[in-house]
Amino acid sequence: MQCQECQQRPATLHFTQVINGTKTEIHVCEVCAKEKGYMTYPEEGYSLHNLLTGLFNFDSAMMESQQSNSYNQVKELKCPQCGMSLSTFKKVGKFGCATCYDTFSERLDPILRRVHSGNTKHYGKIPKRMGGDLHTKKQLESYKAELQQLIEDENFEEAAQIRDKIKALQNQSDGSKAGDDT
Amino acid sequence: MTLKQFMNEAISPWMREEGPDSDIVLSSRIRLARNFSDVSYPILADHEKLEGIRDFIKEEYEHQSFQDYEDFSFISIPDLTAIEKRVLVEKHLISPHLSKSEHAPATIISKNEQVSVMINEEDHIRIQLYFPGLQLSKALEGAFELDDWLEEKINYAFDETRGYLTSCPTNVGTGMRASVMMHLPALAMTKQINRMIPAINQLGLVVRGIYGEGSDAQGNIFQISNQITLGKTEADIIGDLQSVVQQLIEHERNARNRIMEQSGKKLEDRIFRSFGVLDYSRIIESKEAAACLSNVRLGIDLGLIKNVSRNILNELMILTQPGFLQQYAQATLTADERDELRASLIRERLQLEK
Ligand SMILES: [Zn+2]
Ligand SMILES: [Zn+2]
Repeated sequence: MQCQECQQRPATLHFTQVINGTKTEIHVCEVCAKEKGYMTYPEEGYSLHNLLTGLFNFDSAMMESQQSNSYNQVKELKCPQCGMSLSTFKKVGKFGCATCYDTFSERLDPILRRVHSGNTKHYGKIPKRMGGDLHTKKQLESYKAELQQLIEDENFEEAAQIRDKIKALQNQSDGSKAGDDT
Repeated sequence: MTLKQFMNEAISPWMREEGPDSDIVLSSRIRLARNFSDVSYPILADHEKLEGIRDFIKEEYEHQSFQDYEDFSFISIPDLTAIEKRVLVEKHLISPHLSKSEHAPATIISKNEQVSVMINEEDHIRIQLYFPGLQLSKALEGAFELDDWLEEKINYAFDETRGYLTSCPTNVGTGMRASVMMHLPALAMTKQINRMIPAINQLGLVVRGIYGEGSDAQGNIFQISNQITLGKTEADIIGDLQSVVQQLIEHERNARNRIMEQSGKKLEDRIFRSFGVLDYSRIIESKEAAACLSNVRLGIDLGLIKNVSRNILNELMILTQPGFLQQYAQATLTADERDELRASLIRERLQLEK
């Protein structure tokens, strides 16, 4: 496969980008990746972060065409915690602090979707000290997703088992905290 | 110091052990990115606060249970010489980014060099574990253990929906990067790897050549890692990676067999010529050395070369990099001087086995 930028060297770096559910593949050689700013540290091969910067700019162009221009000109979104502005974020592709995720939350989903193959929600590990509630809630969510899939696959036997697990988990959490929220 | 002694120090002790499928999988790595909830990320935080983080972890390490957990040592990166920093990078114990950082960078490294905790890298904390061969779940288990230990002492930046919050949105969620280093000479020789890469990309995994300066994977060593950190559990991510790696192992073994059947003499010739180059050359560039080492290692795997230990590729890929060569020479070397020293080091290394 040849590099899509120079069409001379073989493409050795491959990225998959998901934009509005459509997958686009990027195939470039290392030289072009460096030139186009996909790479920061040659030792690390390439940097996805730099590829991201391009995505953010693309994102902002879309936003601007959709929104009234005055909003962008008058008031720039800034993180109250670290002072990171939206324009700086677009340039560096990195957040300044944990609060940035709240500050820019409205703009975040499309970006996350693109970087993480359409995903915007965490299903992994939860810090132990964050309490059992969250663990139960997450477990329920994942069981429900599994149940949905099993029903779609018409695998009713396993679906029934998962449904029982959901019931047990719901009873257990209702019992432990008198059911204030599900 | 003799080469043997130097080698013993240069090669991380864990690399000497053989893991599952270690004819093809050189190592498995898990890296977890974590942050303190109340301090800005290193790119933006006050220097004092970052020093605070560094000192907090140093304190925990010195006075509490870190040392019981495993035998660790604390290293403040700015205390190192340029060559020492480079050596840590070449051993993959710290990232190039950390070695150049001015934000109170530090690391804690276990005695067998299997575990390192980077402090004030792009994120406040990056836990990193290596295992020989294909052992992703074991590495994850170990990483979680350390993560739990740290979490007892630190309020992590964590959000119910987004998971572990990281400086770069490419790491948010699990904050986990899992990767496997593979030696795939037969898939590279037959160019099958080029056709497989796009399919692997479809699964949210990335393939790249390592140690490469040019466009080829030097030494036919490829790194496969997860690109997605959100929307899947750590176990699922590792499961996907593991199954792709297992398929690659199978394809590589099949390709090796097929080449041996169809053009065994040619392959044998290629392997022994490479052996000859390594054994006799007086000047060798890193790229040629890597290619020859890959062939010799394949020769060992195929049972064609019997008197050289399998670790040779691992060892010499690390030993012949600029930082190590200069550490060995105890001097700053020009590129020409490095090519000469590289050749003599390789010859010496092969002599050790005769
Ligand atoms: Zn190109
Ligand atoms: Zn912020």
